[in-house]
Amino acid sequence: MPSLKDLRTRISSVKATQKITKAMQMVAAAKLRRAQAAAEAARPYALRMNSVLVNLAESVMGTPAAPKLLSGTGSDKTHLLIVCTAERGLCGAFNSSIARLAREKALALMAEGKVVKIICVGKKGNDLLKRQFAKEIIEFVDLRSVRYIGFENADQIGRSIIARFENGEFDVATLFYARFKSVIQQFPTALQIVPAVVPVKDKSAGASAAYEYEPDETTILASLLPRNISMQVFSALLENAASEQGARMSAMDSATRNAGDMIKKQTIKYNRQRQANITKELIEIISGAEAL
Amino acid sequence: MAGFAFELVSPEKLLFSGDVEEVVIPGTEGDFAVLKDHAPVISALRPGVLSYKDSKGDKQTLFVRGGFADVSSVGLIVLAELAVPVADMTDVLFDAEVKLASDELQAAQSEDSRRLAAERLAQIETLRGTIRH
Repeated sequence: MPSLKDLRTRISSVKATQKITKAMQMVAAAKLRRAQAAAEAARPYALRMNSVLVNLAESVMGTPAAPKLLSGTGSDKTHLLIVCTAERGLCGAFNSSIARLAREKALALMAEGKVVKIICVGKKGNDLLKRQFAKEIIEFVDLRSVRYIGFENADQIGRSIIARFENGEFDVATLFYARFKSVIQQFPTALQIVPAVVPVKDKSAGASAAYEYEPDETTILASLLPRNISMQVFSALLENAASEQGARMSAMDSATRNAGDMIKKQTIKYNRQRQANITKELIEIISGAEAL
Repeated sequence: MAGFAFELVSPEKLLFSGDVEEVVIPGTEGDFAVLKDHAPVISALRPGVLSYKDSKGDKQTLFVRGGFADVSSVGLIVLAELAVPVADMTDVLFDAEVKLASDELQAAQSEDSRRLAAERLAQIETLRGTIRH
């Protein structure tokens, strides 16, 4: 049986922990608002870019002039996995679920005899994957010093991906991140970015075939596709940031609740123990008096 | 004069959305103005000054780099990697632009891309001169 003093220290330590988790939850909530606003602000650009891309892709698709970033290299021997995770932990299953998705994909590809290369964006993903895939990880992008992700950060990653593609280092690139749905729902997602997946255009959008291009289609496409990759990395990072804060918020919320439960239980235990001690002392006094 | 829908978006945010009368765009093949009912065009942008006249007739100017202008029947959409109001262009920002352009010049492999990069650098330098005064 723990003594009263032990119980008291345990209760106060749980109380301190609860204060910390409560504070972390509130910080995450504030950061989430900002991250969500950033993710939403980036959406129009991605949307417009996509519509331009659809228009252009339609006209060059299938022709020999189609750039490799769009049509692919013609093989799928080497796969590049870009795994975007958070820089910090204590956010529930957020990091591990992204890493798990990437790991499953990597193992499936390796079982098929394909070559897998991994770029880790974010420290946690690197930590989770480096033991198993030490040979496969070719680059680790550290965004620790970055407070709010700007387009430049994504652009750097995008450029390095394109440089590798042009060197023929991989054939297919897939981006792993968590799509933000709500505070309690984030979906780990795999998105293929090279060769670009062009959504099928709905016919109702109207006639757009009569576009004039300046300079010409292939030149525009050649500069649009790399930008599109940077943009996709950027929106993945933003979605990730929002998801991370959402995951942390709900993780810290349940941690605060658990701490509350524990305090309640420990307090009851403490009160019982105290009462038992008093009763014991009383019995000792009374039985001592009776013996006289 | 009737206006048309114009949107200026950068990756970070939607900078402008609304009706305008006229937009002058720095295209790779030269500046061009877009009025209502312009023929559909997709053009790449060079670093330069984009200006538009909003429905009140006020003229706004912005420095834009890297992107596209998409003119369609619905209106004009400009996607710019960077868009800063000219009034906010500081020396630091210009230095960054000049550095970017000269890096590109250094890295240029073919004759064509070197010429393009050199042109771009010169354009930024002249722009800097004109905005300053």
